[in-house]
Amino acid sequence: MKFVDEFRDKDLAKRLSSAVAAEADPSKQYNFMEFCGGHTHAIFRYGVQDLMPDNVKFVHGPGCPVCVLPIPRIDNAIELAERDGAIVCSYGDMMRVPASKKRSLLKAKASGADIRMVYSTQDALRIAHDNPDREVVFFAIGFETTTPPTAVAIKVAEKQGLKNFSVFCNHVLTPAAIQHILQSPEVRDIGTVSIDGFLGPSHVSSIIGSEPYEYFAEEFQKPVVITGFEPLDVMQATLMLIRQINAGRYEVENEYTRVVTREGNCKAQDLVAEVFELRRSFEWRGLGDVPYSALRIRDAFSEFDAEKRFAVQAGNGRDVKGCECPAILRGAKKPTDCKLFGTVCTPDNPQGSCMVSSEGSCAAYWSYGRFRTEKESRAKVA
Amino acid sequence: MNEMPKRFGARINLRKGHVDMTHGSGGRAMAQLIEELFVRHFDNELLSQSNDQAAFQPPSGRMVMSTDGHVVTPLFFPGGDIGSLSVHGTINDVAMSGAKPLYLSAGFILEEGFPLADLEKIVKSMAAASREANVPIVTGDTKVVEKGKGDGVFITTTGVGVIPDGIQISGDLAKPGDAILVSGHIGDHGVALMSKRDNLEFETEVASDSAALHGLVAAMIDEVPDGIHCLRDPTRGGLAATLNEIASQSGVGMHLQAADIPIRNDVAAACELLGLDPLYVANEGKLIAICAPEVAERLRDAMHKHPLGTNAAVIGTVNDDEHGFITMMTEFGGSRVVDWLAGEQLPRIC
Repeated sequence: MKFVDEFRDKDLAKRLSSAVAAEADPSKQYNFMEFCGGHTHAIFRYGVQDLMPDNVKFVHGPGCPVCVLPIPRIDNAIELAERDGAIVCSYGDMMRVPASKKRSLLKAKASGADIRMVYSTQDALRIAHDNPDREVVFFAIGFETTTPPTAVAIKVAEKQGLKNFSVFCNHVLTPAAIQHILQSPEVRDIGTVSIDGFLGPSHVSSIIGSEPYEYFAEEFQKPVVITGFEPLDVMQATLMLIRQINAGRYEVENEYTRVVTREGNCKAQDLVAEVFELRRSFEWRGLGDVPYSALRIRDAFSEFDAEKRFAVQAGNGRDVKGCECPAILRGAKKPTDCKLFGTVCTPDNPQGSCMVSSEGSCAAYWSYGRFRTEKESRAKVA
Repeated sequence: MNEMPKRFGARINLRKGHVDMTHGSGGRAMAQLIEELFVRHFDNELLSQSNDQAAFQPPSGRMVMSTDGHVVTPLFFPGGDIGSLSVHGTINDVAMSGAKPLYLSAGFILEEGFPLADLEKIVKSMAAASREANVPIVTGDTKVVEKGKGDGVFITTTGVGVIPDGIQISGDLAKPGDAILVSGHIGDHGVALMSKRDNLEFETEVASDSAALHGLVAAMIDEVPDGIHCLRDPTRGGLAATLNEIASQSGVGMHLQAADIPIRNDVAAACELLGLDPLYVANEGKLIAICAPEVAERLRDAMHKHPLGTNAAVIGTVNDDEHGFITMMTEFGGSRVVDWLAGEQLPRIC
């Protein structure tokens, strides 16, 4: 497959693996947080950790858009779907995420709510067109990557005078979350989580550019390498991070130059700025309230804002007792540290959000990494 | 078919007519539909006797019976339709025991308002598939549900067959050291269907691999009468789900080589686009064989000689692992687990 196979080449991987092993200082431990779920997925699906020396480890970050959404917001989406005559459109990953009281969008659908799985905002617009007597709500989630399409949908709905379409906006911002992690006591004071550098977001950075990371690379003295989602990207970026650390540098470097520029996609940024504005604060699962970390729809487009249209109230649903998703999302714990992992919580019966999406660390550990953990523990016993 | 007696007056309007409630009522309209559509196309002696059952003398050997409901959407897709699929699916389930499939039954649940022209297309396609496979549809049933209570047509088929003496093939017989083979490219059926789904239509040349595999199975058993331990067709959940089922039944683990698993470029590209793993995408004309290592090459060569096995490959080995893990050496050089499918990758693919 052209433009894909090139980034999964076994021989190049071997060469990069040798380069990492040669340049990583055996007296040092290198812990790199990959922010995005896409990176977590690539690391597990291709077995990238196998190709790293023992002192280079990946810490899985909170960059799975499904995992970071707090329970009260999912409760809100279910409430919206249960209104008379409503249709809620959601990306597929969101369907199985547990809400409070053991509910989920999938279960709400089974008990009669009209919830449709869509692949794009265009599908949601089409559903609104086809059902003029129904209220169609698009459950918008995701980082900077999925925000521009939501902005486009709102603009199109306005232009076409669609009266039955609105957006339940849950778009969140990456740089604010990374900064929040670096300021957390686990990283800054207690030191239970050691993060020596970041594999920076790939698709997100194609929109926002590499510039927004410059402030905290400098402020927290941590190197950031913007990294593509292919396994060779991850390996190359790891090598670049090791080189920065060995040289005492903490800069923003760009491994993903085939897509990301320093400025990013200005057209998309303008569109987002026209339709959305910053929320003063937004709750993230795992991180709690993070200031200026999410977007809401501007007043000029308030007729398309489901929160205003249906007076959505903040709920108080809580995580399942014993679920360590919050600590796992911060990188403070590993999935295997959670008592529920693999016992009551599996991909078939997820208790926490990290077990749902294939980008979630728990699901990735379960699907691709469980064998490795098993092998390691057997090796330890022997 | 003999000259039809004029019992019903005007013939059913198969070109413009629709299924209505009388077609399932047990009255004259139902009898007419059965006679002018099902009996006419399926055309065999047992069915033409117009009994509520088919009576036949079974040959000697262990009998096999299997049933499969078909709810695929869309009803017509590149490479097949619900009719041919319902014949192939059940023949394959019977054949995976090593049996020679003998007869099929077909139960139709029709939705009021369904165009008779589409129904005839489906019935013709079933008739052609059953003739080609030489497995006649000898008894059946028709029910009609009100509009909105079905989705056009659902078909349940049941098949019976007989296992030749001396053949022992079962999902619990995989042994450490055995070789794992697949009969060809994986993921074609799932991708062909996805390309025609309403909300994600995309352009691809990929057609469903829907096919009856009993001929291939017979050729394999001819060449290797001893040593084939398990056969299974990797339908829903794809290769990954089927291997996990066998591993759990047999209490073994497996190790695969990603580089050896045949996948078409188009299928790999579509999966890449949709974020799917081709190992979990459905097939309807492929089989997995697990056999003793010493006969693996001979079995693969025999498969290569059959038109449905030209791309057969040895893709891995069975190992001794109490946890039943399926692991895989990735093309990238790392290792991963190939787990059961969680949730639903794509509903209603068969």
